[in-house]
Amino acid sequence: MPYLGSEDVVKELKKALCNPHIQADRLRYRNVIQRVIRMSKLDQWGQAEVLYFLLRYQPRSEEELFDILNLLDSFLKSSSPGVVMGATKLFLILAKKFPHVQTDVLVQVKGPLLAACSSESRELCFAALCHVRQILHSLPGHFSSHYKKFFCSYSEPHYIKLQKVEVLCELVNDENVQQVLEELRGYCTDVSADFAQAAIFAIGGIARTYTDQCVQILTELLGLRQDHITTVVVQTFRDLVWLCPQCTEAVCQALPGCEENIQDSEGKQALIWLLGVHGERIPNAPYVLEDFVENVKSETFPAVKMELLTALLRLFLSRPAECQDTLGRLLYYCIEEEKDMAVRDRGLFYYRLLLAGIDEVKRILCSPKSDPSLGLLEDQAERPVNSWASDFNTLVPVYGKARWATISKCQGAERCGPELPNTASFATSGPLIPEENKKRVQELPDAGALMLVPKCQLTAECFEKTWLHLKVAHQQVLPWQGAVHPDTLQMALQVVNIQTIAMSRAGAQPWKAYLSAQDDTGCLFLTELLLEPENLEMQISVKQNEARTEALNGFISVLETVIGTIGEIKS
Amino acid sequence: MISQFFILSSKGDPLIYKDFRGDSGGRDVAELFYRKLTGLPGDESPVVMHHDDRHFIHIRHSGLYLVATTSENISPFSLLELLSRLATLLGDYCGSLGEGTISRNVALVYELLDEVLDYGYVQTTSTEMLRNFIQTEAVVSKPFSLFDLSSVGLFGAETQQSKVAPSSAASRPVLSSRTDQSQKNEVFLDVVERLSVLIASNGSLLKVDVQGEIRLKSFLPSGSGEEFIGGSQGGVWDRLLAGVYGSIWWLSLMFFPLTEMRIGLTEEFCVGKSELRGYGPGIRVDEVSFHSSVHLDEFESHRILRLQPPQGELTVMRYQLSDDLPSPLPFRLFPSVQWDRGSGRLQVYLKLRCDLPPKSQALNVRLHLPLPRGVVSLSQELSSPEQKAELGEGALRWDLPRVQGGSQLSALFQMDVPGLPGPPGQGPSTSAPPLGLGPASLSFELPRHTCSGLQVRFLRLAFRPCGNANPHKWVRHLSHSDAYVIRI
Repeated sequence: MPYLGSEDVVKELKKALCNPHIQADRLRYRNVIQRVIRMSKLDQWGQAEVLYFLLRYQPRSEEELFDILNLLDSFLKSSSPGVVMGATKLFLILAKKFPHVQTDVLVQVKGPLLAACSSESRELCFAALCHVRQILHSLPGHFSSHYKKFFCSYSEPHYIKLQKVEVLCELVNDENVQQVLEELRGYCTDVSADFAQAAIFAIGGIARTYTDQCVQILTELLGLRQDHITTVVVQTFRDLVWLCPQCTEAVCQALPGCEENIQDSEGKQALIWLLGVHGERIPNAPYVLEDFVENVKSETFPAVKMELLTALLRLFLSRPAECQDTLGRLLYYCIEEEKDMAVRDRGLFYYRLLLAGIDEVKRILCSPKSDPSLGLLEDQAERPVNSWASDFNTLVPVYGKARWATISKCQGAERCGPELPNTASFATSGPLIPEENKKRVQELPDAGALMLVPKCQLTAECFEKTWLHLKVAHQQVLPWQGAVHPDTLQMALQVVNIQTIAMSRAGAQPWKAYLSAQDDTGCLFLTELLLEPENLEMQISVKQNEARTEALNGFISVLETVIGTIGEIKS
Repeated sequence: MISQFFILSSKGDPLIYKDFRGDSGGRDVAELFYRKLTGLPGDESPVVMHHDDRHFIHIRHSGLYLVATTSENISPFSLLELLSRLATLLGDYCGSLGEGTISRNVALVYELLDEVLDYGYVQTTSTEMLRNFIQTEAVVSKPFSLFDLSSVGLFGAETQQSKVAPSSAASRPVLSSRTDQSQKNEVFLDVVERLSVLIASNGSLLKVDVQGEIRLKSFLPSGSGEEFIGGSQGGVWDRLLAGVYGSIWWLSLMFFPLTEMRIGLTEEFCVGKSELRGYGPGIRVDEVSFHSSVHLDEFESHRILRLQPPQGELTVMRYQLSDDLPSPLPFRLFPSVQWDRGSGRLQVYLKLRCDLPPKSQALNVRLHLPLPRGVVSLSQELSSPEQKAELGEGALRWDLPRVQGGSQLSALFQMDVPGLPGPPGQGPSTSAPPLGLGPASLSFELPRHTCSGLQVRFLRLAFRPCGNANPHKWVRHLSHSDAYVIRI
C-alpha cells in the first residue's frame, strides 16, 4: 500500500525529530514542528502521533512556548478523545512551570472527559474514569458540580461501577454530599455483594469528613441483618473510630446485635477489636466476647483468636469482674489446647504479663484508642499536577499506580536479567531504584533532584562508627511543640526513605533520634534530631560522607518538610 | 503501535489472529488472553490486562472480543478508539459485525487488517481510501432485498413517506456489490439519543442527561475528494492552491465528480446556555462536537451541516444536554408499596404513565425492580393481556411490548417475603418499604422521537455529473434509555 497523506507527514516529522542535525539546529527544528502543526489535513491517528512526538520538543523561550500552545489549541476541541487527551498531555508537560495554564487546560478538557465517561463504549468510559480520578488527586473540586454524571446505572459492568463509586467518594463536597450519600446508600443493597461492599467502604471514606451523616446511614444498614453488609459495616466502623474519635459514641450504640450476622474472619476481627477497645461503653461486650470464647474451638482463623485474646485482656482491665472467668478459660485453652504456634505464644505472653502485675499490663496494653493524625498522613495532601503529567494518557492511570509499579518492576527485571547475567542481582535492582524513587520523592514538593534510595540498611554499629568520625555538615533549628509520637515520625520518615536507626521513647527528656539515608549516588546522610523540652525547638545536625552541598540542601528540605508536617498535625 | 490483533468469539474461540511485529510469542496469546479474562478477580478491570511484557487491551463489540496487544505504554484512548473504529470498519465491509460474518469473511478481514495497519502503525482507517486496495468481496449470508417488508423495523422514513425500509436495510456491507449498481444509492441518517434519568422517590427530577449523535451511513458511490487531497504529494501545493481558491475541496469539486450533502437541523437549535435563536424556548444543548470533515460555514446562520459523505459509517455530530429538557420526560412511575411485616406480605402497585405525544409510542418497555432477598411467590394483576411479568435473579421484570403516548398502565404485584426484618425500631408500620426494594429502572425505545427535540429538517444531496438516479434517503430519529432510574 502506498503511503498516504497522513502517513507522509508523520514520517517526515519522525525523520526530522530523529535527525541529529536538525535537533542541533533549534531554528530548523522549530520550523519543522511548525510546518507539521499547521498541516490540518491529518487524520486523527496522524494527529495523535504528531502530538506524541511533540512531547520531545522543549521550547526555548516562553514566547515560543505560548506560540506552540496557541497553534495546538484547536486539538483540544477535536471530536476524537485520543487527540484531545494527547493534546492535553502535551499542554500539561509544556506548561509545567505555569500552573494556571495547566488548570486552564484541565478545565477545557472537562467537557470531552465527561462525554467519554458517559460514552457508549464501556472501555472508553473506563479509561476516562481512571483519568478523572487522576485529575481529582490534584484538583479535588474539579468535577464536584458534575457529580451526577458519575452515578452508576443498573446495566453497567462491575468494573465501571467500582470506578464511579471511587470518583464519587473523591469529589464529595459540602454542596453535593447529601445527594451523593443518598445515591451510595442505594448501591449498598445491590444484588452484587462486591459492589454493595465497595459502596459501604466508600461511605466509610466519606465519613472521615462528614462523620455524622455517614454513621447514621451505616447504622441503618445494620438493620438489614445481612452477613455481607454487616461485616463490611463493622470493618468500616473500626477504621472510622480509629481516625475520627468523635463518632465512638454513635458506633458503640449501633454495635449490639451485630455479632449474629458476622461469619467471616475480617468482620469478626473488626467486631472483636471494637468490643475490646471500647468495651466499657458497650453494655453487653463481655457477653459477646464470652460467646466467641465458647466457640473458640471451632474457630478456624488464628487471626480471630489472637484478636480475641488481646480484646478480652483489654476489656478485663476496664471491667474485671465480668471478664475474669472468661479470660481464664481462654488463656487455658490457648496455652493447653491450641495448635497454632502464634496463638499459643500470644497466650503465654499475656499469661506472663498478667503475672507481672496489673499495673504492668495497663502500661503495656492501654495504648491510645484513636489517632486522627493517621488519616492525614494516609491521604497525603493534593499532589501537584506535574507529578502525574507524564503519566497522563498512558496505561498508568488505567492500571492504577500501585499495579503499574509491580508491572514495571517485573518487566524491568526481565529485561535486565538476560543481558547482564554475571552481575544479575546487582543489575536487576540497579535501574529500578531511581524509578521507584522518583515517584515517591516527587510526592513531596521541593525535593529537588535528590533521590533517596529506599532500602539503605545501615546497622547501628556501622552508623555509630561513621557518625563519630564525620564532622557536622549542617545544623539547623526547627520550631516544634509538644511531645513526639515516635511511631508517627518514623512512619513519615519511611515514606521519604529515611531510615530510623535509633529513637528515644515517647516522653523521654531530652528526646533524641538518629536517622540515616542514602541517595542514588551513594552519598550517606546521617542525622541527629535533638528535642530539649524547655526550648520547644528541634535541633537537626546532619553529617555527610561526601561534601556535596546541593544534595545536602535537598536532603535538608525533605527533612524539613516531614518534620514540618508532623509538627502541624501535633499542634 | 500494536504488536498483535485478534478477534475472539464470545466463547473464546480465536476467529482472526494477526501478528504485526513478530516480537511476541505465537498464537497461544489468544488463548492466554481468554484464560486471563475468565480468571480475573472481581475487583480488577478487564479492559487492560498484563502478562509478561505485554498489555492486552480489548473492547467488546456485538459479542466479539477485539483485542490488541502492545508492549509499549501507549495512549489508551487512541487504542480503544482504533479498536472501535476497526469494528465499524469491519462492519462496513462485511455487513453487520458478528461471529458468523467474520468467519465467512476471513480473507477479507485479513486483507483489511493488512491495509489498515503496517508493522503495527495505523495507515488509514477511512473506508473510502481503503476501497482502492481491497479486492475480496464480502460474503453475505442472505441476499438482501429492499422490499422485504415482512419485518417492518424502526425506520420511519420522513423523507419518503410512503415507504418504510426494513430494519436490516442498513446492516449490509457498504461495498459488497461492485457489479450490482441497483442497490447503491442509499443514505441513512440516524439521530440517536441516549437518555439517562434519575427520579427521586418523591417524583422530583434529580438528573437528566441526554447523549445524542447524528450518524450517517452512506452507500453512495465514491464521491469524496479525500483521495485527491490526500494523494497530492507535498503539502506545499495544497496550501498554495488553497490560498488561491479559498479552500481546497472547492477546487477538487470543479474537477471531480463529487457529492455534497447538506443536512439541515432544526433552526432553533442553540448551543450553550446563553444563546437565543428563533422564538420560544428553542432546542438547547450544552455541548456539540463535529466530525472533522464537516464544514460549518452555514451552521451559524442556517444550522446547515455540509459534508462530502464518505462511504461507510460516520458520526457527523455528537451533543450533550443535561438538566434542562424541553419536553416532559417520556415516563413517570407512581409506585405505592404496602408492607405488612407480620405476615411478610409485600404488595407493590405500579402505575406507569407515558407522557409522549399521543401519536408516538414506546417499544420494548421493560421495568426492572430489585426485590428484597427471599421473595418466594408472586401473584400479579396486569392492566392488559400483552404485558408480562416474572421473577428472576432477585428482581421483578415487567415487560410491556408497546406503550402508546398519553396512556396509563398499571400492575399490582403481591409477594411473600418470609423472615424479612423491617426497619429497626419502627414497630409494625405498613408504609415504610422494606430495605432492598428498588430502585426501579426502565429500559425502552422511542422511535421517531428525540428527547432534545432536535430534528433533521432536510437532507439534500447535490449530485455531480457522474451520478445516476436519485438516491434514497432515510432519516430516522430514535431515543433509547441508557439508565432510567426511579427511586422508590
